[in-house]
Amino acid sequence: MNSAWILAAVLGLPLVASACLAFAGARRVAPDLNAAFSLLTLAAALLLVQRTLAHGAGFVFGHAFFVDPFNVFLVALTAFVGWTTALFSKPYMRVERDRGRMSANRMRLYHAMYHLFVFAMLLALLTNNMGVLWVAMEAATLATVLLVSVYRTAASYDAAWKYFILCGVGIAQALFGTILLYLAASRVLSDGDALLLTSLTAAKASLDPTIVSLAFVFLLIGYGTKVGLVPMHSWLPDAHAEGPTPISAVLSGLLLNVALYAVLRCKVLADGALQNGLPGRLLVGFGLVSVLVATFSLFRQTDAKRLFSFSSIEHMGMMTFAFGLGGPVATFAGLLHMTVHALIKSAIFFTVGHAAQKAGTQAIDGIRGLVRVSPVVGWGMLLGTLAILGMPPFGVFASEFLILTSTMHTLPWAAPLLMVALAVAFAVIFRHVQHMVFGEATARRLEYRPALLPVFVHLAIGLVLGLYIPAWLDAWYRAAGAVLAG
Amino acid sequence: MHGLATQIVNFLAAILLLISFAMLSQRRILALIHLYTLQGVTLVLANLVLGFVTDDTHLYVSAALTLVLKVGLIPWILYRLARHLRITGDVESLLNIPATLLTGIVLVVVAFNVALPVTQFAASVARGTLGIALACVLLSFMMMITRAKAISQVIGFLSMENALFFAAAAATNGMPMIVELGVGLDVLVGMLILGVFMFQIRQQFDSLDIHHLAEHQDE
Repeated sequence: MNSAWILAAVLGLPLVASACLAFAGARRVAPDLNAAFSLLTLAAALLLVQRTLAHGAGFVFGHAFFVDPFNVFLVALTAFVGWTTALFSKPYMRVERDRGRMSANRMRLYHAMYHLFVFAMLLALLTNNMGVLWVAMEAATLATVLLVSVYRTAASYDAAWKYFILCGVGIAQALFGTILLYLAASRVLSDGDALLLTSLTAAKASLDPTIVSLAFVFLLIGYGTKVGLVPMHSWLPDAHAEGPTPISAVLSGLLLNVALYAVLRCKVLADGALQNGLPGRLLVGFGLVSVLVATFSLFRQTDAKRLFSFSSIEHMGMMTFAFGLGGPVATFAGLLHMTVHALIKSAIFFTVGHAAQKAGTQAIDGIRGLVRVSPVVGWGMLLGTLAILGMPPFGVFASEFLILTSTMHTLPWAAPLLMVALAVAFAVIFRHVQHMVFGEATARRLEYRPALLPVFVHLAIGLVLGLYIPAWLDAWYRAAGAVLAG
Repeated sequence: MHGLATQIVNFLAAILLLISFAMLSQRRILALIHLYTLQGVTLVLANLVLGFVTDDTHLYVSAALTLVLKVGLIPWILYRLARHLRITGDVESLLNIPATLLTGIVLVVVAFNVALPVTQFAASVARGTLGIALACVLLSFMMMITRAKAISQVIGFLSMENALFFAAAAATNGMPMIVELGVGLDVLVGMLILGVFMFQIRQQFDSLDIHHLAEHQDE
């Protein structure tokens, strides 16, 4: 088998799955089918990863797609979380259906769009064309916008509308940035090559700095909206809170990462053209503001899913900050943080989803005494929270520690700000979670056994990465970091 | 020949800018849809002129695509949507039109200044128009912020996308075909989703019409 077939499988399987589930999505077996297709996609993605790591970066299908250690890293993460989320969604969506929140049509929509969403993200990661990257990012929003409003309450319409319009406006800025990039590139490259990422990267030093700096600002604002960077973040908590929980998990764990991927690809180009460190400083600024604003927004939250979505903004800010700092250590930490955040945050959303179904509400005040009714969900949530808050020995501790040490070296004044933010986040989130986990029980039993395997697999990987990073993963991160260093 | 073409494209750009201002101050939904269609027609003409000058078949294809999508299909969907939702005759109350227009003028000045260093690099005959295109983007953006009604926000969104296409045509003689097709598809799908969306809202909150959503957005 050559790479072309594997890549066709990685991109084709979600499409086929989407088409099948558009018809069969309401059957009793649909959730199992959903998980099976996701597993196949994961298998194809792992084959692609294995080949790329063995043979190095390369093109697939002419120059249309390309793989390098950085994008296959996110392909693997996307396919993996895509699969575990499908496992989680089996009992979760069955409960929603039995409670009458999901009709047959809505189940079909949910299952079909889930795979379309995964497809759009994989396409964004694998394409070699900056224009197609844009198209795929927008398609990812379009695939999920109807899912955010699937429960058809006033609040969910409001959330979906905000999501669509704000991300639409943001992504329009990114399109303008892409046009400017094309303008800069068409002066040095032939028309066919001028939007290809690989050609752009090769020619980045000869791109005109004036145009590229303007282009980068637009691209950063545009894709940054999707990353959830403050002040373009206001769609994010609403979209996370109102949709079904599996969608919250993939939005937080995957879409934000893919958007950050787009920002980073643009940063590499801009760095090469400008040679003045401006892109890095912009990322540091946006990242720091996002961390601080998100942390202090935690105080006002009363909804469990909103609470954790603000924590996602904080962590995306942290990663953006780390990549903005640059240098091997910070970049390594950023990549590690991307991995552990995606895994642990989705694990937390899984437990929050089960807890909310048990309590019949998402309000923090309504969820009490989880350990009494269902110890495993309760402990899962508690451990996940400790992990995301950066307690040792989990992976988030390792990556945040690395980020803080490199901040001390390169940007000492920012370190105390980050420390304060982390401390505040710890105090606020831990207090809420403690109440939800312990205390008098308000929860009831569910008709289906909650899917706890994904939660503990994610937490276990997060734990292992905090204790010990295997040599092959270390080499992989370094190779991805080298791509980002340009 | 190029001199004439440049003048025609500049003239069309000026029309686009005027339409953007007209949209900003237009209170009737139906008139907004007409303005949007007119914007599409201007875009088609600009593409045709540029295609004629550069002898680039790809710009003709782009013009055809724009004609079908932005002069035909999308205005038709918008019109049907407005009729089904019974908002064709609606008049939207706008805050302080003179102030809005003055802010718009400031935006145009800003856009010209931002685009100034870039325009000298543009290879196309229409390079002077990049500033206008950016101004149109900002004006549409402003329209989306100042409007409370869902459908006017959508029209603002669509006209922003028109301005971006004009920017692409003006600066670089259009993006590669695959990208233009993809963008066109995304816009169309987005439009359909919004249509579905508004119908659902109406079903759900019958008496409230889509004002309900508008009220929610103010929070």
